[in-house]
Amino acid sequence: MHRFANPTRFFRLANAVLPVLGVVTVGLFASGLYYALLDSPPDYQQGDTVRIMYVHVPAAWAAMACYASMALAGASFLIWKHVLADLAARAAAPIGAGFTLISLITGSLWGQPMWGTWWVWDARLTSVLILFFLYLGYIALVNAFDDPDRGGRAGAVLALVGAVNLPIIKFSVDWWNTLHQPASVLRMDGPAIAPEMLLPLLLMAGAYFALFGVMMILRLRALYAGRRLRQLRLAAASD
Amino acid sequence: MSPFVAVIARDLRLARRQGTDIAMTLAFFVVVVSLFPLGLGPTPDLLARIAPAVLWVTALLAAMLSFDRLFQQDAEDGGLDQLALSGLPLSLLALAKACAHWLTTGLPMLVLAPILAISLNLATESYTVLVATLALGTPVVSLFGAVGAALVVGARRAGVLVALIVLPLLIPILIFAVSAIEAAAAGLPVRVNLLFLGAILAAAIPLAPLAAGAALRQALD
Repeated sequence: MHRFANPTRFFRLANAVLPVLGVVTVGLFASGLYYALLDSPPDYQQGDTVRIMYVHVPAAWAAMACYASMALAGASFLIWKHVLADLAARAAAPIGAGFTLISLITGSLWGQPMWGTWWVWDARLTSVLILFFLYLGYIALVNAFDDPDRGGRAGAVLALVGAVNLPIIKFSVDWWNTLHQPASVLRMDGPAIAPEMLLPLLLMAGAYFALFGVMMILRLRALYAGRRLRQLRLAAASD
Repeated sequence: MSPFVAVIARDLRLARRQGTDIAMTLAFFVVVVSLFPLGLGPTPDLLARIAPAVLWVTALLAAMLSFDRLFQQDAEDGGLDQLALSGLPLSLLALAKACAHWLTTGLPMLVLAPILAISLNLATESYTVLVATLALGTPVVSLFGAVGAALVVGARRAGVLVALIVLPLLIPILIFAVSAIEAAAAGLPVRVNLLFLGAILAAAIPLAPLAAGAALRQALD
């Protein structure tokens, strides 16, 4: 990992990976959406509304994975002080906030026909809403300091503190009685979901994660260029 | 006197000498709570229904206004560097600060809340539970506040920022506290909600000072 803490080396690899990852993203989204929307059976109870799942569930997975990677990047920034780790955490935050928003909105659209309400204040929905607020708080905090390094360090601590929310989201459906259905894919005794539904779900999950990778590389490039620009300006101003 | 107790004693002395600071926070609490009956009209049933939420939300907002007393003033006059050099671990420093903050903010609110609850027509069965939720919940507010306040030392518009960071973390406290008070009013068992509040407090006492200490270390670099 430390090998790729060197920005030149990292971006050489990232730039090579980016086009491949872009093609993979488009391919996965195309096949995933085809199976999800056209070539998968409707649910015996929910009918065609079950297709919202293929957009909703992977977005929630990506939102949590994004927060986990943000917290890990924050931790490695605190421990090893790699600039790239700070930039990675900053890059992940708005992407994760976007995924969280997608899962909240699609969940709400799914809840209306299934539960008869757009929103309930149960444990799963509330803890995901807290995740969204944590992303916003992180973005506000890292940008609140004149010294970007100070902002990155404060943000890293906040990201680690907020990580307690992740297990709460995961297990909220088991610990509390909620309207939200319990886990049906990541279970101890195997997935409780029909294989013809599991395939599009996994394809869409792959598409979301590949999209996450593409956006991370693009945002990291932009943030790194911004950081370099700041250094050059400061150097020019001090001359 | 151990450094830990000395920090608490110093903060209490500062709070006594600058008494208006605490008085303003408590006045905010009282004024905002009394705005609700004025805004909603004197409908006793409605007020009794919303009283737990009004008291708790207002207590949280009033606490948000008091977090700059934790580290910001010390950071501005250089006292924070002195405290960091005193040999007291930063996490214990944060715990001492949170204790002093609770004694000067949480405890007075604990005393005021039942009196304000009378004006909101809270159900008679709920008073003990209201005080119990505040006794278990406000220390968590001070502890999480210490984490937030340590994170924003030196930030622009730190006051708004600390609210944005700390309020989402306090949502569980609000939910369990208000459910407990409402359960008491409805004659239902309150034990589960109080146990959750106690569990959060028990986890926050060791963990929040560690996080606040880490945040302080970043602020002092």
